[in-house]
Amino acid sequence: MAREAQAPSNDNAITDDNNTGELPPPLPPRRQLSHEGALQVAPAQSKPTTAVSSIDISTLSFPDGSRGTFSTSRVASASASGHATPSREALGYAAGGGDFNDSMSVMSFAPTLRPPGDLASLVAGEINRKSRAWMLLRSQSASVQPFKSVEPDAPKGLPGFHTEFDDIPDYDAKGTPTADEDRLALWKSKMKHYLILSSAGKPIYSRHGDLSLVNSYMGIVQTIISFYEGAKNPLLGFTAGNARFVIVTEGPLYLVAISRLSESDAQLRGQLDALYMQILSTLTLPTLKNIFVHRPSTDLRKPLEGTESLLSSLADSFTKGSPSALLGALECLKLRKSQRHSINNTFLKMRSDKLLYGLIVAGGKLVSVIRPRKHSLHPSDLQLIFNMLFESGGIKAGGGENWIPLCLPAFNNSGYLYMYVSFFDGNPENTSTEPVQERAEDDEDEIAIILISTDKESFYDLKEMRDNVAQQLNKSGSLAIIKAAAKVGRLPISAIAPGAQISHFLYKSRANVQFCMPSLEPAFSGPAKMVARRRLMSLYHQLHASMHAKHSHLKVLHCVAADAASLAWVTPIFEFYCVAGPNVSRAIMAQGANKILQWAKREEERLFIIGGGVF
Amino acid sequence: MADSANAPKPSSSVKLVLLGEAAVGKSSLVLRFVNNDFQENKEPTIGAAFLTQKCNLPTRTIKFEIWDTAGQERFASLAPMYYRNAQAALVVYDLTKPTSLVKAKHWVAELQRQASPGIVIALVGNKLDLTSDGSGSGGDADSAGDDSGDARKVTTEEAKAYAEEEGLLFFETSAKTGYNVTEVFTAIANAIPETSLKSARGAGASHAASRTEEQRVNLNGPRDPNAKEGCAC
Repeated sequence: MAREAQAPSNDNAITDDNNTGELPPPLPPRRQLSHEGALQVAPAQSKPTTAVSSIDISTLSFPDGSRGTFSTSRVASASASGHATPSREALGYAAGGGDFNDSMSVMSFAPTLRPPGDLASLVAGEINRKSRAWMLLRSQSASVQPFKSVEPDAPKGLPGFHTEFDDIPDYDAKGTPTADEDRLALWKSKMKHYLILSSAGKPIYSRHGDLSLVNSYMGIVQTIISFYEGAKNPLLGFTAGNARFVIVTEGPLYLVAISRLSESDAQLRGQLDALYMQILSTLTLPTLKNIFVHRPSTDLRKPLEGTESLLSSLADSFTKGSPSALLGALECLKLRKSQRHSINNTFLKMRSDKLLYGLIVAGGKLVSVIRPRKHSLHPSDLQLIFNMLFESGGIKAGGGENWIPLCLPAFNNSGYLYMYVSFFDGNPENTSTEPVQERAEDDEDEIAIILISTDKESFYDLKEMRDNVAQQLNKSGSLAIIKAAAKVGRLPISAIAPGAQISHFLYKSRANVQFCMPSLEPAFSGPAKMVARRRLMSLYHQLHASMHAKHSHLKVLHCVAADAASLAWVTPIFEFYCVAGPNVSRAIMAQGANKILQWAKREEERLFIIGGGVF
Repeated sequence: MADSANAPKPSSSVKLVLLGEAAVGKSSLVLRFVNNDFQENKEPTIGAAFLTQKCNLPTRTIKFEIWDTAGQERFASLAPMYYRNAQAALVVYDLTKPTSLVKAKHWVAELQRQASPGIVIALVGNKLDLTSDGSGSGGDADSAGDDSGDARKVTTEEAKAYAEEEGLLFFETSAKTGYNVTEVFTAIANAIPETSLKSARGAGASHAASRTEEQRVNLNGPRDPNAKEGCAC
């Protein structure tokens, strides 16, 4: 609390001052990898990640080997952060950084933690002056995990989020119909709504509540939107109470998102675009246009019949918080470069002439991609495919092999492609390469092979290709490798950056449009897993919004709030976001961040698919 | 007969297609037949699913290659791709929904017009567990929310009369309880003329097949180019 009061005087952003040209950046030697954890007594200046002075200078090593120096005068960064982060201010974020926090990190020196080498010289003189009790207290507070300090009932604790995905019942437990007022109250208690309606006001989709319940609201929404449309001044969004309404108009469709989860307009707009893409994926753009040209009052629910579950699973992944959707990037299965190479080659060798794209996916993570030289796959299209296969139950539950007509709107929104999908048995002991007909529910490590063609008659060609690929992968042992890697899952953060006090991070490789993250265990698990996860994702959403706010040009952003400290860092090569406990100092965070970035650089060819198989 | 138990039985594959309105239980029937499993609130099939299951008859083994199609209207134009060259079809309706029988009749007519001549068609009324005469085995949960306990809207007599008129096999089933499900597939397997099976060893008696071939005009050929134009909308 005390820190929050002090906050406004501190800056919370470190901006890149290289552009001004006034201060030639100092070039301290690069931090070495080898001395992690070892106590080093050396001049503080040679330690690139720490600088404690009235003008903050921190030099950070980029993973590509270059260095950047960020120095901030108070005045400059105050204005920068003012531009970039209006939403954070409104949400009660206290600015962090500055001398206060760095001295906190000095206090947090404790025998149980390996002291970071670059702090040793600072710590040496200071530490003995404090009493033992004080040290113990500080050592405990430093290990507080993010979000642990917030009461679950406080607004930021997301009360009621655990019932967010429950259905609104037509009947109560005794079988008597639920009163409309009760159902409406339940409907209003949801923190996130998505409504889709036609410009004529016909309801098309609502995430919560049946359409009879929300019909009148659809009417109101249509009236409001068309009023602004009529005035040639389209309504983009508005705020009512603590809910933000964002509206997207796509031809004959109105899409509305209503959120109380502190997402930015741009993020909500992205989510609505994804729902629109799902509709296009079902119908194609020319068909959608035709339907409404001939009869503007058409009820689109009929042509979209059966896709409600796809829209809902997509909507729910946004409400739960999807790093993939936030970053517009995909996650890959971590494999050795040579292993991935051999899988790609097998895949390419067995390629059918009918094939457009071929993918192997394990538990929603990409294993291998093959594609024609002149076509690449767009992440938003893959998001639709992954949603269909892994989030919604339609295909997983059915079993067997699937042949699905679908439109990939980012590839070509006017026609259908045909997608062959089958799953392998995820069990590493099972060496059968037959398509699975029966699958255990809730299986995280399912491996799917996806073959996409433009020819709707090519099912048997692609099935033959799949059988050949499966046989080869099994013979070469690659299938077992994929299964094992899928079973291992994401690495815990302790294995990525030992000793770093960072609880979680997102790393996006901008060139590859892919991201990686550590396991959500153990910091974001437990009974209130979904809530903890949503709070983590909300924080990432806020960081992301601040970094990508128009005119902000932020490179590095450090925030401290009562519940967590966070750091965002964007360069042309990567976007990096990380979260730590509220008492972790900026220096420690920056150090942890560097460790992770070095790891990401080192492991780049394992974490990401670079290029993929091209034919 | 006696020594046929030891010798491997001739085996042949049969292409079977399921057609019918959305949400009548096509996938649930297949799931019951293939995995002996049932899922409440199964999500709709997208496109079509391809599954296989063997059916053992006294004299031979039939390997069903099952095309479980999606019932939504927008997939209707893809159906010819699935019933082309099919030797058997399961046309499914929902006993509690009269419009689904109307749709089933449309599918039967389309199959008789355009599918392979000699295709074995079975008309199946599903969701027997929702009716009061629903086999009595466990289908007690009245999930349809109907108070009467009998949600039947299509009488056995009506559907049976139609099936006899068109020369179809007829069954009422419950994918939920499993009642009559295997029987449908066994009956189809038995009804498929031995001669139309592409059996490796079924060299004999192929002359009987050609008779049925000649009786019908094959509309399949001229239809094909049209089918190509169709889209999934």
